[in-house]
Amino acid sequence: MAILTKNFEKKSSYTMGVYEQGGGYKALKKAISEMKPGQIVEEVMKSNLRGRGGAGFPTGKKWSFIPKDSPKPKYLTVNADEGEPGTFKDRPLMEQDPHAVIEGSIITCYAVDIHTAFIYVRGEYAKSIQRLRDAINEAYASKYLGENILGSSFGLDMVVHRGAGAYICGEETGLLESLEGKKGQPRMKPPFPAIVGAFQGPTVINNVETMAAIPHIITNGGEWFNNLGAPGVGGGVKLYSISGHVKRPGVYELPMGTTLKEIIYEHAGGIRGEKKLKAVIPGGSSAPVLTADEIDVKMDFDSLAAIKTMLGSGAIIVMDEDTCMVKALKVLMKFYAHESCGKCTPCREGTGWMARIISRIHRGEGEISDLDTILSISNTINGKTLCPLGQAAIGPAISFITKFRGEFENYIRRGSN
Amino acid sequence: MPVVTIDNQEVEVPEKTSILNAAKQTGIEIPHFCYHPLFSVVDACRMCLVEVKDVPKLLTSCSNPVRDGMVVYTDTPKVLEARKGVLELLLLNHPMDCPVCDKAGECKLQDNYFKFSLHTSRLNPMDGKTHKPKVVDLGPKIVLDTERCIVCTRCVRFCSEVVGKEELGIFNRGDRSQVGTYNNRPLENNYQGNLTDVCPVGALTSKDFRFKARTWFLSKTDSICPGCSRGCNVQIHSTDRSIGKTRRRVYRLMPRQNEDVNKIWLCDEGRYGYGFIDAFDRLERPSVREGDGMSMADWDAALGAVAHELRNIYERHGPSSVGVLPSPQLSNEDLYAVKRFFHDALGITNIDFKLPGWNEGEKDDLLLMADRNPNSKGAELLGLSGLGVKAEEIIEKAVKGEIKALYIIGGDIAKTLGEDKVRDCLSGAEFVVYQGSNFNYACRFAHVILPSAAFAEKDGTFTNFEARVQKINKAVEPLGESLPDWEITTRLSRAMGHPLHYVRAEDVFNEISREVSNFYGLSYRKLGDKGVRLEGSGEKASA
Repeated sequence: MAILTKNFEKKSSYTMGVYEQGGGYKALKKAISEMKPGQIVEEVMKSNLRGRGGAGFPTGKKWSFIPKDSPKPKYLTVNADEGEPGTFKDRPLMEQDPHAVIEGSIITCYAVDIHTAFIYVRGEYAKSIQRLRDAINEAYASKYLGENILGSSFGLDMVVHRGAGAYICGEETGLLESLEGKKGQPRMKPPFPAIVGAFQGPTVINNVETMAAIPHIITNGGEWFNNLGAPGVGGGVKLYSISGHVKRPGVYELPMGTTLKEIIYEHAGGIRGEKKLKAVIPGGSSAPVLTADEIDVKMDFDSLAAIKTMLGSGAIIVMDEDTCMVKALKVLMKFYAHESCGKCTPCREGTGWMARIISRIHRGEGEISDLDTILSISNTINGKTLCPLGQAAIGPAISFITKFRGEFENYIRRGSN
Repeated sequence: MPVVTIDNQEVEVPEKTSILNAAKQTGIEIPHFCYHPLFSVVDACRMCLVEVKDVPKLLTSCSNPVRDGMVVYTDTPKVLEARKGVLELLLLNHPMDCPVCDKAGECKLQDNYFKFSLHTSRLNPMDGKTHKPKVVDLGPKIVLDTERCIVCTRCVRFCSEVVGKEELGIFNRGDRSQVGTYNNRPLENNYQGNLTDVCPVGALTSKDFRFKARTWFLSKTDSICPGCSRGCNVQIHSTDRSIGKTRRRVYRLMPRQNEDVNKIWLCDEGRYGYGFIDAFDRLERPSVREGDGMSMADWDAALGAVAHELRNIYERHGPSSVGVLPSPQLSNEDLYAVKRFFHDALGITNIDFKLPGWNEGEKDDLLLMADRNPNSKGAELLGLSGLGVKAEEIIEKAVKGEIKALYIIGGDIAKTLGEDKVRDCLSGAEFVVYQGSNFNYACRFAHVILPSAAFAEKDGTFTNFEARVQKINKAVEPLGESLPDWEITTRLSRAMGHPLHYVRAEDVFNEISREVSNFYGLSYRKLGDKGVRLEGSGEKASA
């Protein structure tokens, strides 16, 4: 299936010429000349497109929260701060098909009556930033951006903002703070960004992949997009980034709701060295881990939520039978302790403490009771933090320890693997 | 207005009231660290979580407004567990140095630990605590201990939102987060002392108070800051149990809440300005000139000398030969006694408190007034000016020798006149009395020095710039043999045969409230702890 990825293999796919040859910017023309903003929102609602950043909030619904009569300027912020460990699906979109992201963003702005858009890109993504900037310049030259787009009264400016390297800036309000030039720390909610967002104005924040899907929805209709999803699931196509101990790691565009088993064994070629599968993180490092016998699950928001994990960004991390779960959890915990912004107490102190305990266990100086201490710290964090980072940290902590408790206890008794 | 039920108590509160403030109205104090009523809400400490019926997650009560019909519980097992969890995490890396921490006894972290947690640390010694800078010097006034800090950001918000200066920030991330100043510059604002008040823990401490006294030994006396004409409400903290001193003395001034005057702030000039009370130059005993030197005398002898000389000059040259310069640093009571005796009884008209530029400075945008005298308005209303000759003319007349006796009460005239002028003025006079609390240049020319009590050592009232009459209360005994100025004047009046009959400061005030129209009907009781603003006599208040 090649919809979002259809241009990836083309030479110079990131240029205006190639993008237009493949039908690029036709959706924008259609939107501006044939559709009213309300119709666009309606089409996106029909498509059942849910936010591809991880939370899975229905995109059309999110747009509808923006007040129509706001006296303050409204903004679109494209969240391209792809930082969730295991996730690398937005990067090829920006590098290979930046115009798709831009076209989707322009249509979004037209639909929500926005005249300034920011693309907040992870600082390490130098190539994405360059490609987006070049593409934006091309779009201005072709009158897809600027004043009177395609001869209409609609105008839009688009700016690429380079992040400075903090995981928390992928959290939407942390991103806004950073965008405004402040320290990247989440804001309290409410007010939600749809009401008070960037520079105090109502703000739509959408993921890169979400934006890239918009032109296709406009061209082919919401219902068409919805039907691209797996039978009984819908919701269109999804980019799954799969990494770890598989034969063919990479980004796969598949129907939303493809089973995890199919992705691992058919598309990614199965486990490297014909080893046995031990565990899979299905939706980025924050998603609770699944054991080998839980992989019959469909990879969509609701199916994964039903087994107490999440689709997140659709980043699949595969671990074979040789993987040390203690070490894997240590790596994850150190990541969250390093990235916790420090604003709220449970996450600031809790992530660091968990990281120190699991590091000690890994050094061979653990005690069985440490496992319950980690679970108890997780409970202190659970549901009580300002933003989802704390929640993200306890996802792996709780699931690793409860699902692989035997391995953790053996490790502690032996002091090593 | 929404009606909410908090722990089974119904309360009606205005729209948008936070759960925390609604609870407060029913008498329920929800514990919190980062919330402060005068700062923006940041929702960070997570201490104020409460349970709301039909809401699955606990909610922070500081940031969530009430809704009509909301049912809130502040002490369910779930809430108590969450609080305990937050306290365990806040204390995880805390140095636990309460025994040497100045904040102990008034520390929110300590209080809340004792109220809600009392847990034993589960930190494995091998995991260690995070270590961060200690004894960080933030300039001449404040010391920071980043290990004690709980990153509530109250100090950061105080600087940016109240003072309007971005001086503090949080640096680094996660459990390495620490408060600091940009580029490690010292703090410069004039409101730093408030940082130590808003800090809920012992992270920010005042150099002035560090290691001087345990807070639980401090007695607290309501008073008014004498630093400027704003009249900020303060509490004088005094103790007789401290390093180096066994007498009860003043250890610090703390702001006291008064929405109409100073909210809950106090400027550093005022807060740290109390040092003169126990300064080395404090006048402790009356003294009388003998030849080239001064010798100590008892009150009777000193006042006898004053009475004798004044009567002598007065009889030889008439009332116009005597000048009196009362300072607007004096209380209403002190000033009124001066007027009753020198003007009403002796008929002296060379009395004026308005020495131009006396204790004037720069005004700021928050509290500090250009007029650094606490009672200029009171002096004005009580008629200590405009009786005849202006203060600067009194000085000139003394220089010319037309005024033979000069009686200076309070303050340091050399600060505004300069030493040369003071010398010219006083060396020519036949008789100079200096009555005040601290030695200054004018004392060198005095024939009699009478020691007066400082503001913290007496009862009385000040009238601030907007004509708010506020009560000062005696916190400590007058140093040495010093006496309140009204009492000195009363004693002198007896020695000169025109006895005033005041026994307490309140007697003077009661007379003021009978005799001075602006003050009609007032009493100490009516002043209460917030003072009373006199009708139609004040300048417009400016915050």
